[in-house]
Amino acid sequence: MAEQKNTTQKILKGKSFKFGDDISTDLIAPGRYFHLRSNLPELARHVLEDADTEFVRKVKQGDFVVAGRNFGLGSSREHAPIIIKLAGVGAVLAKSFARIFFRNSINIGLPVLICDTDKISENDELEIDLSKGIIRDITKNIELGFKALPDVMIKLLNDGGLVEHIIKNKGFNL
Amino acid sequence: MDKTISEKIISSHAGRDVYSGDIAVVDVDVVMAQDGTGPLAVSQLKKMGFEKVKNPAKSIFFIDHAAPSPRKELSNTHAVLRQYAENAGMVLSDVGEGVCHQILVENFASPGDIVIGADSHTCTSGALGAFSTGMGSTDIAVGFALAKTWLMVPQTIKVNFNNIPSKGVYAKDLIIYLIGKITAEGATYKTLEFSGSFTKNMTIDDRFTISNMAVEAGAKAGLFESDEITKRFLKSQGRGNDFKEVFADKNASYEQVIDIDCSMLEPIISMPYTVDNVCSVSKIEKIKIDQVLIGTCTNGRLADLKIASDILKGKKVNKNVRLIVVPASKKVYLEALKEGIIEALIESGAAIQSPGCGPCVGVHQGILGDGEACLSTQNRNFKGRMGNPDSFIYLSSPATAAYSAIKGYISDVREIL
Ligand code: SF4
Repeated sequence: MAEQKNTTQKILKGKSFKFGDDISTDLIAPGRYFHLRSNLPELARHVLEDADTEFVRKVKQGDFVVAGRNFGLGSSREHAPIIIKLAGVGAVLAKSFARIFFRNSINIGLPVLICDTDKISENDELEIDLSKGIIRDITKNIELGFKALPDVMIKLLNDGGLVEHIIKNKGFNL
Repeated sequence: MDKTISEKIISSHAGRDVYSGDIAVVDVDVVMAQDGTGPLAVSQLKKMGFEKVKNPAKSIFFIDHAAPSPRKELSNTHAVLRQYAENAGMVLSDVGEGVCHQILVENFASPGDIVIGADSHTCTSGALGAFSTGMGSTDIAVGFALAKTWLMVPQTIKVNFNNIPSKGVYAKDLIIYLIGKITAEGATYKTLEFSGSFTKNMTIDDRFTISNMAVEAGAKAGLFESDEITKRFLKSQGRGNDFKEVFADKNASYEQVIDIDCSMLEPIISMPYTVDNVCSVSKIEKIKIDQVLIGTCTNGRLADLKIASDILKGKKVNKNVRLIVVPASKKVYLEALKEGIIEALIESGAAIQSPGCGPCVGVHQGILGDGEACLSTQNRNFKGRMGNPDSFIYLSSPATAAYSAIKGYISDVREIL
């Protein structure tokens, strides 16, 4: 498992790990590890384990989770995006996301990008320009766009997440 | 301009008229977290420098997911919640009190409120006409600290449940049917507003079951208008004064209207591993089950336990099945004891567990073995949900669950009604 680092940098580079539709928070952060929620680095060793047992062993700093529809459905556990980020993942790309997971990801500073992931294969080299809104699949030599975030979420991301937004503004300033 | 229920409630808490698509910072009336999400909320509160919360009387920590604690790590995180709650003067709902969503509707949520909780099934309180929605620990930490949150006003899908369902078909069947129809992401970012002639014949417990599962279609909220049924329930909880009329304006604009003829529906189940993978019980092959769970925030209320005990009374649970029953709250448990429901269930072979989430989230009290199947009245059946990725979860109404517990395989309860 890779070290954590700041994901606010504008150009992200890494390899794609493909997942299917309906990747639930139970697959990302299984309930049987409930007791590890107070030990996030340890919990991160099990991230997505029930969807792909090899993932944690193979993922490198900056790599991408690339999935189908409705990624992150299920529980409100914020531990799910947190441990994806802790495992080194630079961004999650999916055709669509479940609402609570999407909001949690922005709050904790994990980029979540909505795009046509069918065009990306397992192990493709990707380069993502967050500010320009472009995903380059270097392996396939194609460019994909992704859906722009709502302004309020960009504001939160730029402040470094919700906690930092509240500290900085002594309350909401959206 | 006419408004949906969501637009009305959010407008009243934003101090201006807002409509679907608008972003608003709103006052919130009730804020909660449970023992799986609360400890992270506490660390975020501390990071922001908040030792106190804005509205302690309606800020609640629930210890329900791992209650009583099955291991020391969880006992230690429970202690974190107890300590913070005491310092901040917050409400603590401890071991034995029950599942957060049931206690919210019994004691805290009221029609017209905005309720936010660090648990996805916070949408349950929508049955009372409260705009009630689930968020993560960080949003909830801010909610505790400021009694405010930000929301995008959702579009609304109106669902009309029309006509009376036939025997053997319950609220759980209706909501599973709806999710099968619109899929697990059919209502993402939206509110489901439940209406139609049958809603006026539902019990309040039926409404809780339906609102509870709104999030399984991706919805932000699952709302009912408040009415006489709501009023009666609040009175029964000693909260008659909390009643307020909540309804949608006549010409409110809906993204979609879905009409369901309830009289056409059959008992239905969700098959592994998604809630929208539905099938009528009459159409399935013989599915053997090892465990049956009756309980949870979806179907652990008095009406549910009564339906189950009426079926199980004087009969025996199949020798190959473990039947686990978990009342949703202490109040439900006591009522069920008084009415002889618990006794009938125990006589039939059920194991009764103390109020809480029980085995629903895969922490304890009924983890499945490799290859085992469970028929459960809970709300989700994702792979690994009950603690073992090599097991299978089917979802049904309490009636289907109780009858199947006798038979040993998933069975059509209409055979005995
Ligand atoms: S009973 Fe199950 S679904 Fe309901 S709050 Fe508890 S763990 Fe969540």
